[in-house]
Amino acid sequence: MSTSNPSPNDRRQHYLNAAYGLRSWLLTVDHKRIALLYLGSITFFFFIGGSFAVMIRMNLLTPDGSFLQAETYNKFFTMHGLVMIFFFLIPSIPAVLGNFLIPMMVGAKDLAFPRLNLLSWYLYIIGGVMALSAAALGGVDTGWTFYTPYSSTYSNGNVVIMGVGAFVAGFSSILTGLNFIVTIHKMRCPGLTWFRLPLFVWAMYATSVIQILGTPVIAITLLLLAAERIFHVGIFDPRIGGDPVLFQHFFWFYSHPAVYIMILPAMGVISELVATFSRKRIFGYNLVAFSSVAIAMLSFLVWGHHLFVSGQSIYAGLVFSVLSFMVAIPSAIKVFNWTATFYRGSISYDTPMMYCFGFIGLFTMGGVTGLLLASLAVDVHLHDTYFVIAHFHYIMVGGAVMGYLGGMHFWWPKITGRMYPEIWARFAAVIIFVGFNLTFFPQFMLGYLGMPRRYHAYPAEFQVLNVMSTAGASILGLGYLIPMIYFIWSMRYGKPAPPNPWGATGLEWRTPSPPPTENFEEIPVVTEEAYDFEALARRDAAALRNEGELQNG
Amino acid sequence: MADHAAAAHAHTPGLRHHFVDMDQQRESARLGMWLFLLTEIMFFGGLFTGYAIYRFSYPEAWRLASHHLDVALGAINTGVLILSSLTMALAVRSAATGKKQLLILFLIATLVFGLVFLGIKAKEYHDKFEHHLIPGTTFEAEGPWAHQEMLFYCFYFAMTGMHALHMIIGMVGLLILIRMSMNNKFSPEYHPHIELFGLYWHFVDIVWIFLFPLLYLIGRHAA
Repeated sequence: MSTSNPSPNDRRQHYLNAAYGLRSWLLTVDHKRIALLYLGSITFFFFIGGSFAVMIRMNLLTPDGSFLQAETYNKFFTMHGLVMIFFFLIPSIPAVLGNFLIPMMVGAKDLAFPRLNLLSWYLYIIGGVMALSAAALGGVDTGWTFYTPYSSTYSNGNVVIMGVGAFVAGFSSILTGLNFIVTIHKMRCPGLTWFRLPLFVWAMYATSVIQILGTPVIAITLLLLAAERIFHVGIFDPRIGGDPVLFQHFFWFYSHPAVYIMILPAMGVISELVATFSRKRIFGYNLVAFSSVAIAMLSFLVWGHHLFVSGQSIYAGLVFSVLSFMVAIPSAIKVFNWTATFYRGSISYDTPMMYCFGFIGLFTMGGVTGLLLASLAVDVHLHDTYFVIAHFHYIMVGGAVMGYLGGMHFWWPKITGRMYPEIWARFAAVIIFVGFNLTFFPQFMLGYLGMPRRYHAYPAEFQVLNVMSTAGASILGLGYLIPMIYFIWSMRYGKPAPPNPWGATGLEWRTPSPPPTENFEEIPVVTEEAYDFEALARRDAAALRNEGELQNG
Repeated sequence: MADHAAAAHAHTPGLRHHFVDMDQQRESARLGMWLFLLTEIMFFGGLFTGYAIYRFSYPEAWRLASHHLDVALGAINTGVLILSSLTMALAVRSAATGKKQLLILFLIATLVFGLVFLGIKAKEYHDKFEHHLIPGTTFEAEGPWAHQEMLFYCFYFAMTGMHALHMIIGMVGLLILIRMSMNNKFSPEYHPHIELFGLYWHFVDIVWIFLFPLLYLIGRHAA
């Protein structure tokens, strides 16, 4: 630990200075560099998707929706959903943090298939370019759900280009998941048994299972939809006996599990943060690990709760309702185990931990309102209202994005070798939390009062709550810009980071910041459980002793 | 330790930098291929599910529409594909025993069987075109189930078309493997490309083994 050296990064070889030039980035097979390629591209798409959200909220300032025309509004909320889901949330934690960390957390030099990893990024970019060109050529107005027969027959938008773009990006997701599963199975270093893995790895494993089992189904569904649109005949076409509701079944067979593709990785990040900043082993490690797998399995059995009012049989509705309630069990196991870990922990309030607290509160809100929506009778009232919008934004923004930001702050020193400014970061975390709640809490009330989603105008009595929501969105948007600015600032001016700035236990903290291209100078050997802070203290003490002996002798 | 690992890498051709040893690399590649085939099952699974739902809803339409398919051509194609699976398995065997000439021969045989299959398939598609059985405005069928017969043909073309696309991709793979074999890229110890491609080829065959009875043989025992 050469912390006494003011700037150890200048001389040492690491993955960032191993090669220079555009070519060295665009043709890299180093999982850490590919993670940074993803980081740049998903940030770009986050701000694209965000600007659509700005337009939506601007329009909803006034009841008559004078800012946008109704058709334009339809295109904007469609693009907001598609960009945020397929090009930001799904790749966010897996493709950036998962890519960067999984090989290091399992003590490997790289993912099992490095070239496939690079291919995944290119597929993502091709899909993204197609999505943007669909937007530029006139947009898509089907909603991100592409429901037939509107999407297949009546919509005037660029459904085919957009659908194929999502199809291509889906293969990026499939191949990333495949790469992670093989890496976690086959590339673990000596001594690293399954139950010594960090919980982030368990969460990413469960996520990858969903990615490889679910994504192919949306792939074939989107192809069939595109074919139906091109040939004007197809299997969802009611004129020849086809069933448009079958499309909804196929769509949600992937897209409900996709929600867990977005939230499970964030749960993995939170497990790391809770342990590190409580300086305690996670309470009930095995249960938390298995709850990730349980969520992955249950995720495939609940899609029908999106079809309660689509003409699905009442018995199917009952079963899907019960199964949806069951997802609450593993989710609650996680929340209870995290809070139990806090008990008598030595808690510090660094920025990642602030996002972690934000996650636990907001995810709980999102989860509990999900139970309301899973109840058959209540859902009839709340279906397609702003209550649903608020619910899934609490999960996806309050949950997944909070987890992503917490993780980005936690591993930023490892990724760049620089510390971010702590004061600014805490300030931004508070701004984001406040802005988020002000944006989305009023939407729960709007939905409960009956304001439907996807309309560009609304009755005047809803205006106060909508103005609150738009004000919150402005604060939230500002909150997202601050980290963007200080992260970029810190790459050049940030304090150099030591190998283990947080006193965390994972293997990734045993290698310098930023890590060398091959991750570890020697392949590590694991002899202890995950989150064994006593063993970490013993190792540090021994290292100090050795250093002292070297100086004395 | 690092020197030791570097030395091991230098002495093992084909071992990529990020694997510890050949066993780890081989097992990773195998698991990766099986997972890929799992995604393929889910991909085709969507089509099979849709097929099952509509066949259950319109059994009579399915029976009538199926009778327009040429069972003889379908059966010949089934035989051709099973033979291609045999030659592919023999190619893997030849690679494992280091018989280069046989390996190339069996790969070429597999490629030829694949071409024969696609040729017959093209003939069938052509016949469907002649008989106006392509879904769309020119589709000609009579009786109360005419519309649903068109639905059957949507599935017929989607499923056999997706299968044929996999065959074409497989044949590009075969060409690459033939070239690699000629350039002496494989040895009895190192031929993962052949082995893993074999899995893919067998998978594509198995899909056909399901497609043939589901599309061609509906209600034949009653006729």
